[in-house]
Amino acid sequence: MSRQVAALPAGADPRRPGRTLKNVWLAVLLLFLLLPWLGIGQYPLHLIIIALIWSYIYTSWAVMGRLGMVSFGHGAFMGIGAYSVVLLWNLHGITPWLGALTGVLLSLLVALVIGYACFRFRIIGHYFALVTLALSEVVRLVIIALRDYTGGSLGITPKPGLADGATASLYAMQFSDRTVWFYIALGVWLLGLVLWKLADDHPSRRALQAISEDEDAAASIGIPVAHTKLGITLLSAGMTAFGGVLYAQYQFYVNPDTVSGIAISLQMVFGAIAGGMFVRLGPTVGAMFLLALSETLRVLIGNEHHGVDMTVYGALLILFIIFMPRGILGTLLQRRA
Amino acid sequence: MDSIFDIFLLEAVINGLLLGGLLALLSLGLNLIFGVIDVVWICYAELIMIGMYTIWWLHVPQGVTLWLAFPAAVLLVAVLGLALHYFVIRPVLAAEPINQLLVTGGVLFFLQALATVIFGIDFRNLGVRLPGFSVGDMYFSSSRLLAFGVAVAAIGATWWFLRKTFTGVAIRAISQDRSIMPLMGVNPNRIYLVTSAIGGGLAGLAACLLVLQYDVHPAIGLSFGPLTFLICVMGGLGNLIGGFVAAFVFAQFISVGGFLFQLEWGYVIAFAFFIAVMFWRPQGIFARSSR
Repeated sequence: MSRQVAALPAGADPRRPGRTLKNVWLAVLLLFLLLPWLGIGQYPLHLIIIALIWSYIYTSWAVMGRLGMVSFGHGAFMGIGAYSVVLLWNLHGITPWLGALTGVLLSLLVALVIGYACFRFRIIGHYFALVTLALSEVVRLVIIALRDYTGGSLGITPKPGLADGATASLYAMQFSDRTVWFYIALGVWLLGLVLWKLADDHPSRRALQAISEDEDAAASIGIPVAHTKLGITLLSAGMTAFGGVLYAQYQFYVNPDTVSGIAISLQMVFGAIAGGMFVRLGPTVGAMFLLALSETLRVLIGNEHHGVDMTVYGALLILFIIFMPRGILGTLLQRRA
Repeated sequence: MDSIFDIFLLEAVINGLLLGGLLALLSLGLNLIFGVIDVVWICYAELIMIGMYTIWWLHVPQGVTLWLAFPAAVLLVAVLGLALHYFVIRPVLAAEPINQLLVTGGVLFFLQALATVIFGIDFRNLGVRLPGFSVGDMYFSSSRLLAFGVAVAAIGATWWFLRKTFTGVAIRAISQDRSIMPLMGVNPNRIYLVTSAIGGGLAGLAACLLVLQYDVHPAIGLSFGPLTFLICVMGGLGNLIGGFVAAFVFAQFISVGGFLFQLEWGYVIAFAFFIAVMFWRPQGIFARSSR
């Protein structure tokens, strides 16, 4: 979404900034809605869908990450979502809609148990990061260990549910047309932003801010610390699990290493941080940035050099955290203000 | 049937003990750095990976003897540790603690991807296999025994260094009170650099032992990195003895759990045990009483 950000200052009306800003947003959104009809080709459309799905997942992480709860365990929730939906469909023929519900509920349960214990026993900072890291490894290893059902490290593909000649099956949540996926991904991404806004408007938002600055002080003025933190954690975990569902149904293949474990958890953390986890569109900017970077490098140096994009990304992350900890969008907005 | 089961269980227990020595060495450097600088190097396992590649590259394509390749790797990783502190950690020492954790996460990505660029994604090995040996019906690998011996020796040497040398005492003093030491004429920045170099050197030593047992590939750090952090946390971050004991506890879970069920279940049980312990003793089993 870096394009939108660049458009903001140019279109802003100094006399009525709020209203003009809103119009600009609407115009950009409308343009975006028409995207599949502008003849941009299948591959760019695929990239945009992937970017939207990751934007949503990074946003889900940042909903709690921005409040000082840096979780290295969101791979667990994504993995639970992705594998619930695929396994229920493949083994029992249960529609992915119910599978998605199961996945979200399961990850809420896990988040409840781990979150409650962590917050009750005041596990914060490094310790919280490392406990959640253990959680994401547990989920990855369980998926691998249950290889008789999950296919282990080789991953698993959902059974095709499309009738001959059909391009879409609502029951199987399978669509062969990318345009449909584009609108689904766009809708879910917008939903993620709306949920962020709702969490911001919720009365507990100020309590969370206080907690993130000083837990003891917050507790001393009567804020129910564990309870308040648990609420935002459940929201974030449930959102992430649904991101896993979306990823599994769109990519049509899941693998323990691409949906769970430490690597994917770190990817979420750093995607959100690179874009700027304190602003609502920050995680989206992070996802777009990573995709733009890897695609640019792919075009420039070709496919045969594995890892160059991640090397540059890793180096940039180090520089970001040292020199602009508020991320790309966060720093841009701060400079403008 | 019972007697066979028992002797294999004993084999698993002894193998767990040998694995424990290796895990103790893996976590030693990380723990030392945390205790002194108060920073968790999330990329610690990636430093070990670089060490393993160094040994492989020197020995296999370059034909250098292992007796030279091992010290070279230890030296290189020690210098890497120094550079990591100087260029990456120092600028964020005053920032929020979580930023220090995150910045080394960036280093993790960077090193992993750099190894992919340089060495590709193939699995590499030295082609050296130490012979195994058997005691009664039980079979053990001698590289594991060697690793155990070197690990215990290295831990002993670190212990001696921290107790008996001036620099070692200064390191321990800094870890107890970082504000008063400058007044006593100790330069904390120098101590941090020395500690980082020692931590890196220990990672290099771990690389020498690991490369004898395992193939090296760019993502290998992810396979034992999490385990290393959890051992340190469970022992109480910065508590060397706690980390040592925790390493053996973890190793038994993995070895015996893997023997009774399946390798992955051994890890699952170990990690689940870790989570449970954190709720019981959030600062680790052997939390320092001063905190």
